[in-house]
Amino acid sequence: MQAFTVHQGLVAPMDRANVDTDMIIPKQFLKSIKRSGFGPNLFDELRYLDEGVPDADNSGRPLNPDFVLNLPRYQGASVLLARENFGCGSSREHAPWALEDFGFRTVIAPSFADIFYNNCFKNGLLPIVLDESIVDRLFKAVDTQEGYQLTVDLEREVIETADGESIAFEVDAFRRHCLLNGLDDIGLTLQDADDIRTYEASRRESAPWLFGTV
Amino acid sequence: MSGKTLYDKLWEQHVVKEREDGTALIYIDRQLLHEVTSPQAFEGLRIASRKPWRLDANLATPDHNVPTTQNEREAGVDGIVDPVSRIQVVTLDNNCDEFGITEFKMQDQRQGIVHVVGPEQGATLPGMTVVCGDSHTATHGAFAALAHGIGTSEVEHVLATQCLIQRKMKNLLIKVDGELAAGITGKDVVLHVIGIIGTAGGTGYAMEFGGSAIRTMSMEGRMTMCNMAIEAGARVGMVSFDEVTANYVKGRPYAPAADQWEQALAAWSDLVSDADAEFDKVVEIRAEDIKPQVTWGTSPEMVTTVDATVPVLEDARDDVERSAFTRAYEYMGLEPGQKITDIRLDRVFIGSCTNSRIEDLRAAAEVAKGRKVADSLTQALVVPGSGLVKAQAEAEGLDKIFVEAGFEWREPGCSMCLAMNADKLGNGEHCASTSNRNFEGRQGYGGRTHLVSPAMAAAAAIAGHFVDVRDFS
Ligand code: SF4
Repeated sequence: MQAFTVHQGLVAPMDRANVDTDMIIPKQFLKSIKRSGFGPNLFDELRYLDEGVPDADNSGRPLNPDFVLNLPRYQGASVLLARENFGCGSSREHAPWALEDFGFRTVIAPSFADIFYNNCFKNGLLPIVLDESIVDRLFKAVDTQEGYQLTVDLEREVIETADGESIAFEVDAFRRHCLLNGLDDIGLTLQDADDIRTYEASRRESAPWLFGTV
Repeated sequence: MSGKTLYDKLWEQHVVKEREDGTALIYIDRQLLHEVTSPQAFEGLRIASRKPWRLDANLATPDHNVPTTQNEREAGVDGIVDPVSRIQVVTLDNNCDEFGITEFKMQDQRQGIVHVVGPEQGATLPGMTVVCGDSHTATHGAFAALAHGIGTSEVEHVLATQCLIQRKMKNLLIKVDGELAAGITGKDVVLHVIGIIGTAGGTGYAMEFGGSAIRTMSMEGRMTMCNMAIEAGARVGMVSFDEVTANYVKGRPYAPAADQWEQALAAWSDLVSDADAEFDKVVEIRAEDIKPQVTWGTSPEMVTTVDATVPVLEDARDDVERSAFTRAYEYMGLEPGQKITDIRLDRVFIGSCTNSRIEDLRAAAEVAKGRKVADSLTQALVVPGSGLVKAQAEAEGLDKIFVEAGFEWREPGCSMCLAMNADKLGNGEHCASTSNRNFEGRQGYGGRTHLVSPAMAAAAAIAGHFVDVRDFS
């Protein structure tokens, strides 16, 4: 997994609430058995004017000129600014894969859906929860200042704006540790293999019907 | 000290190790696998040369991509027309064979939607932790189990370690007291709840459904409600254990056998929220207030009753909701203030992990019996949740009722719930659907979904537009 320490990048605004994972990556692209290559189909139904098909060349498709990520001023954006309940709906991990593959490293919103939030951390994508009023302010800034950038420092848990303001955020310690170091959490869990075996032995005692049937 | 909730108990029983930062390593008793969210997890195991920790904790079946027409099904996996769908199903078969995981393959009569198959086989049991790479895993909580959806990295994590790293959630009780009116089902209850608390109302909570109306509800109805807990933002939906649970589980293939049954019952009898348990939030609902529900918009919280009208802009809470309403009117092709019963339908879909169990099919068949699907409809589909549900329905003659009325009777799978196979809506078409999500494009590009109960869907198919199933007998 790609580590996340400090990232500076252009901010793109996604100004709608309850953006669901179907919207982030429509289901026809879930047919892939790979983890990569989802970027060109990120927000497919909003981004293009025609219907997307998997494994096709997207370069000749008609773009929706009004969709925010198609505007020239947001090309190369790597920080996504979003509204409440971002990533709701299906648990598909293809959503963070698509955001990452497109080039986003972090998503800032007043709230996230639980499963999506969790999935981001497994993929080196940092979801940041900020107060609604701060998010509002950032939307205004992005709108009025072309080329608006933010610097996200996970080590110190602050976001810095170009005019020197610092905005604090919080990420729980374990997730932060894994993300900072790009750690694979299966390896970490397997360090506790003895504890797992001990637990399993006692469970086999108390609920034997759960073992050996399937 | 106050008592414990069902969720508190299940959590405590599965903690392997607590960490200083407040997370815990939680043991997983059962993982269900399907073809869409597992290939990258198996690939991860292969790359790291890891083996599954415990084979007998896993059970797999393909569901999302499988074709539902008899012709295509008869030709077996090689006969799946869409090459991309075929690759996913074949990949699941190969992975299960390679790693030694039990799979109900496409031609097996036990195949079906993973959330229908688990309970039906007794592979979902009270007191278990159940996970699957699918957000509707919440369904299994109806058995007083701790069940939730996970992402693909976590699927790999569970395969490799039999554990997950979790943080404890808060407790939410949805208390439905009183008696549901005739014709009102679990589907109407849960849509009513989502209409009240919103699609993010349950975020961060484990949601338990309790109250007298739940105690008298069947397991099918409970599963429908827990299934849609995720549509209210809660990863976990659950119902305390009682006799209804025990009666459903008894005698299922993977349920405890006779010599262990009494021991299991004794252990399960404590899987209830204590009378003095404290919940972080309680939402009280009077069962009598619940009418047949129909969603009008592009989020499950955009729901109203069949006798009502599409809300007007003034009904929105704030600017964000106002703009969501505006977008939804346009996408759905509806006018504010329009009567719900005036919405003309193009297709009807009865199926999905929310409503494709035998009781759902019986309710729909009862409405369809001796009637005809409206000529104005392009298609009315009935897709049973599993091969066993299909067989049961056929034994009861339900298939004949549907076919005589003009419905298509299909092979089991997810089908038009998310349109990953050939069953989908055309651009702009309205569909009365018993599934769980009415998001833009969910049932096909440009498709317009209205979520309803099975009986309401069947009645809508007959009338060609929504009608109140309570007036339909
Ligand atoms: S029926 Fe629909 S919601 Fe249920 S598992 Fe299949 S696709 Fe998902």
